[in-house]
Amino acid sequence: MICWNGLEPMVDFWQDYALPGAIIVAKIVAIIIPLLIAVAYLTYAERKVLAVMQLRRGPNVVGPFGLLQPLADGLKLFMKETIVPAGASRALFIMAPMLTFILAMLAWAVIPVDAGWVLSDINVGVLYLFAISSLGVYGIIIAGWASNSKYAFLGALRSAAQMVSYEVSIGLVIITVLLCVGSLNLSRIVEAQKTVWFVIPLLPMFVIYFISALAETNRSPFDLPEGESELVGGYFTEYSSMTFALFFLGEYANMILMSAMGAILFLGGWLPPFDIAPFNWVPGPIWFALKICFVLFGFLWVRATFPRFRYDQLMRLGWKVFLPFSLFYVVLVAGVLVAFDWLPTP
Amino acid sequence: MILQTLSFYLFASICVASGVMVISSRNPVHAVLYLILAFFNAAGLFVLMGAEFLAMLLVIVYVGAVAVLFLFVVMMLDINFTELRQGFLQYLPIGALVGFILLVELLLVLGSWAVSPDAGAALVATNATVGGTTNSHALGRLIYTHYAFLFQCAGLILLIAMIGAIVLTLRERVGVKRQNVGRQVARRREDSVVVVQVDSGKGI
Repeated sequence: MICWNGLEPMVDFWQDYALPGAIIVAKIVAIIIPLLIAVAYLTYAERKVLAVMQLRRGPNVVGPFGLLQPLADGLKLFMKETIVPAGASRALFIMAPMLTFILAMLAWAVIPVDAGWVLSDINVGVLYLFAISSLGVYGIIIAGWASNSKYAFLGALRSAAQMVSYEVSIGLVIITVLLCVGSLNLSRIVEAQKTVWFVIPLLPMFVIYFISALAETNRSPFDLPEGESELVGGYFTEYSSMTFALFFLGEYANMILMSAMGAILFLGGWLPPFDIAPFNWVPGPIWFALKICFVLFGFLWVRATFPRFRYDQLMRLGWKVFLPFSLFYVVLVAGVLVAFDWLPTP
Repeated sequence: MILQTLSFYLFASICVASGVMVISSRNPVHAVLYLILAFFNAAGLFVLMGAEFLAMLLVIVYVGAVAVLFLFVVMMLDINFTELRQGFLQYLPIGALVGFILLVELLLVLGSWAVSPDAGAALVATNATVGGTTNSHALGRLIYTHYAFLFQCAGLILLIAMIGAIVLTLRERVGVKRQNVGRQVARRREDSVVVVQVDSGKGI
């Protein structure tokens, strides 16, 4: 056998690093592109849903049924000039929207779309999601501070207090689900819902999760950080063009992420509602997408229905209602699991 | 293996560099942001050691909650940092002493010098994958089974500290209008609305 001493390290390099690296990059692209398209069409869906609920037509000029409207909006934002205020902290001002956007994309690495269809199937998937979503506040708070504007700063402070408060109840909701699963792995959480989706035994927690997700993504009725009637535009008052667009994309990507998390934790991820003939013909990713759309419609519906909360009411709801109730429910679920010996075995 | 080594040096060097920047940057907000970067890279080092549960906890607790509050306070306070910097040389010996003590302690721990014979066993028990269990299982068994009492005591002490901080800062202010939701919901129409028949030209 001839030994190609000079070539062997090259072959190793290709097999060990370049090829797996290329596969990972391909997978990332396969996640990001549909996600960005989904974000674009979520803005369209939002405008259409709001329009229908308010007896209007919504976007209907660009393309058939206004379907090209998101692209036109994107193009418009892209063509505009990026303005950095004179007193701003330049590097942080530019960094903040990028951070928001990157964090919104980063979390999708662990979301399982179907059995085994996941970029990184890590053991602590739920904690990873929770960690990334708790970092989202930095984009906003840095933006508010770096703009050197009082409206932006007030918006950022509001948002920081709000997101930290509602993370507590989201954490307790996650703990309740984990008690019923016995694993932090997202795929195992979905598989544990084969018999019954967690939304049925844990319905109150699903409601709390949904409302906390509204607060966590700064959506109405908790959109005080941007409160346009009092703070001009809140934390992104000073942003224009692509920097503004990145905030916008990040916010909508976060909405989709929260919906996906809700679908995984409570609505059985990629599982069909009943494991019988017409339902299990439909592939898993389609079920998953349908469930995400269901939760997202809830987001839009709430926006069309409810007026904005006052700030003290928001804090009261988070700390005096949700926190005690979800703590009580954690104890209740743990008690029931122990009493009936239903604790999952690792 | 090369990839692990490279990422170790990347995380470690960024961690040390941002640690230096925390104490040397002029702007307090920048200092907190560098602190966050240091936390983040420390989490990366944890992941490289196979302690992914601790890494995620570090990000959730320190980066997601503690540092946010830091940043919150530092942004709101109008700190004159050049004034704070005045006593830098004066405090340098004390700081150096604390640093030296910490270094010695770390060396003692890493040099596998143990006070009690069980301490070594505890170190092994925290190791990432003991007997094929995952991180979270190993940690859970250690905290909630072997050291449950100590863990509860620590929790109680923290609770008392928290209540103490609240009691110290709580002050009753007079003349503040607060919404009492219970009372508001309990209001009835008869209690709050009076229908008056007013004759024209007379007033009430």
